[in-house]
Amino acid sequence: MEKAKTEIIVGMGTCGITAGAADIYALAAESAKTKGLDVRLSSTSCIGMCHSEVLVDVVTPGFARVTYGNVTKEAIEEIISSHVAANVPVAKYVIAQMPSYGKTYDDIPIFGQMPYMNKQERVVLSNCGFIDPLSIEDYISKGGYEAVKKVIGGGDPKAAIEIIKASGLRGRGGAGFPTGLKWEFCNKAVSDKKYIICNADEGDPGAFMDRSVLEGDPHAIIEGMLIAGFSIGASYGYVYCRAEYPLAISNLKVAIKEAHERNFLGDNVLNSGFKFNIKIKEGAGAFVCGEETALIASIEGLRGMPRAKPPFPAQKGLWGKPTVINNVETLANIPRIIVKGADWFSSFGTEKSKGTKVFALAGKINRGGLIEIPMGITLREIIYDIGGGIPNDRAFKAVQTGGPSGGCLTAAMLDTPVDYESIAKAGSIVGSGGMIVMDEDDCMVNIAKYFLEFTQSESCGKCTPCRIGTKRLYEILERITEGKGRKGDLELLEELSEDIRLASLCGLGQTAPNPILSTLRNFRDEYVAHIEEKRCPAAVCKPLITFTIIEKSCTGCMACARACPTSAITGERKKPHFITSEKCIKCGSCFDVCKFKSVLKK
Amino acid sequence: MEGLDDILAKYYQSEGSIVSILQDMEVRYGYIPEEAVAWVSEQTGLSASRFYGVATFYGQFHLVKPGKHVVKICRGTACHVKGSEKISDDIQTMLNVGVGQTTPDGNFTVEHVACVGACARAPIFIVDKDVYGKITPQKAKKTLEQYMGGEGNGKG
Repeated sequence: MEKAKTEIIVGMGTCGITAGAADIYALAAESAKTKGLDVRLSSTSCIGMCHSEVLVDVVTPGFARVTYGNVTKEAIEEIISSHVAANVPVAKYVIAQMPSYGKTYDDIPIFGQMPYMNKQERVVLSNCGFIDPLSIEDYISKGGYEAVKKVIGGGDPKAAIEIIKASGLRGRGGAGFPTGLKWEFCNKAVSDKKYIICNADEGDPGAFMDRSVLEGDPHAIIEGMLIAGFSIGASYGYVYCRAEYPLAISNLKVAIKEAHERNFLGDNVLNSGFKFNIKIKEGAGAFVCGEETALIASIEGLRGMPRAKPPFPAQKGLWGKPTVINNVETLANIPRIIVKGADWFSSFGTEKSKGTKVFALAGKINRGGLIEIPMGITLREIIYDIGGGIPNDRAFKAVQTGGPSGGCLTAAMLDTPVDYESIAKAGSIVGSGGMIVMDEDDCMVNIAKYFLEFTQSESCGKCTPCRIGTKRLYEILERITEGKGRKGDLELLEELSEDIRLASLCGLGQTAPNPILSTLRNFRDEYVAHIEEKRCPAAVCKPLITFTIIEKSCTGCMACARACPTSAITGERKKPHFITSEKCIKCGSCFDVCKFKSVLKK
Repeated sequence: MEGLDDILAKYYQSEGSIVSILQDMEVRYGYIPEEAVAWVSEQTGLSASRFYGVATFYGQFHLVKPGKHVVKICRGTACHVKGSEKISDDIQTMLNVGVGQTTPDGNFTVEHVACVGACARAPIFIVDKDVYGKITPQKAKKTLEQYMGGEGNGKG
């Protein structure tokens, strides 16, 4: 056997790469070589701590795995000289250590006990950040493909359906339909061909659960699809993935190829006679294609427009054949449930919402990233205990869940348990898992306008109430944020919202008014301030704010004058400056550059 | 049209190929040239309007040739609350073009992208294939200057 080497593992998910992980990886390789160190350098995907990227882990054989965060070029040099070369961890960059790898070091926090981790329960994300997604060996070493062997070996397609039904797993894409039931409908449908589709068209802006799972654990999706295919009687699978996720697509391609070579995919899977092949279809940038029937139309090469249901895809789906469509996270749960059992899975969560849920925590939050929690913990625990609260001492204002179909929940609702029923009762939806935190500097009318700008442009145009109604909603919000709001606008928004909800065919139209309705319900005074006082309380809406320079504290450094694109700021060096309001376009550049907080935005 | 035979051959036998054919054209040319659609339409017997209908439905397809560098500002929700609107405004002012437009010298095209899923690193902006996180309007403008009149910054 090869002598154990010290391992250096660099987090190379999209978040890591965005923070410069590729440079760090190259530097680590070069530095180890220069120093004559025999190391094993590898990459992994996102462990979820996106706020601390670039993440680098070091494992000295026999010792705990140590995670370093915010690793810069200087930091990697030090880590290699000290930790890799002499087994002395570099305290100032350390985040935590994992004792399961070996002997612990003194004075380094334990990974699982960190505030960010100790309330999490990682089922779907158990491999993310721990395996090399490009290595089928790594996946197998963590128990991968055991579930598919068990299911196919058992020979009864209905056996897995029963387990999934008993587990209480509900679709993680947003609708929350029981997965086992969906499979059962399709299993019962009689047809020469059936299909299983993995919905990886994560269109909700502000969500990246599916991207991270595809990038970090692609074999789990393949295995989930295999089990689904065997259970419903499908020999063909499609992964419909957003084109905006190039790394997810390329990792999945490698995984499919490796699974073929190992006979997990192909015309005779594990020599059982079961045939199963997977094709990747890249989406082409249409939010509505997350809707089942629109997604099917898109795979068929058509405009992605939804159709009326029934018939449901389980009866009549892709190319008119019975089809099951499951979300990425749903499928990633499947192998774990098969191996560990329905009871194990349903031991997490609440009575009606079993298991865990992955959330993409972002916005005005100290520790943003990808988290997985048992259903039922509160919003407060997520935002304050896991996320570490709001940066820069600002006050929490709202948390937005469910993306363009969801709503904004207030500080008074922070003790709401996160499960399908409770979040719906509070006036939003769990959705696919986007969770954006907002602080006192966010204008809720602007947020509603932001979402409507999105939905009106993404409406497929089939139903008039959605196509034209969302446009009108957007226009009303636009005029309110411009200080041109009229008496009766709020009532008009509510009436139109109700019409759109009732008369649209698919979920996009039916839920498009939600961001308006929830903000109207919870932040009505902000709308009123915009309309009646022509004032934006959060100082966001440009036409309603003014910029002035506070003479007392202005040092006359001229930074604002240089930054102003319209030369609206005048004044001599070392003397207070002045903004000519006629020339000011309210871009806020002066506010951004002033180091003395001498620009007042009101 | 020369050089399109391979794309056509790849999809001719498979169903649902209009989106795939257009995607391959987009990769090859950076947009969907009218002549290419006319040629494929003639070869397949599918009317050009069907290609046009699909191409205009999806955000990924361009009907005009983009500039040398494509600048994309992420407009996902996290990026929005972290100030991506201002970054977009500043870049538009700096380059003196609107969203979806190309500078007269053909150097830059400015686009919005719905979300690239790097939300915890928001706000994000992308030049060609280089993705920049936690950007400020100043940093965005400085980064863009590196692409002016020359190559990229070498960061992949």
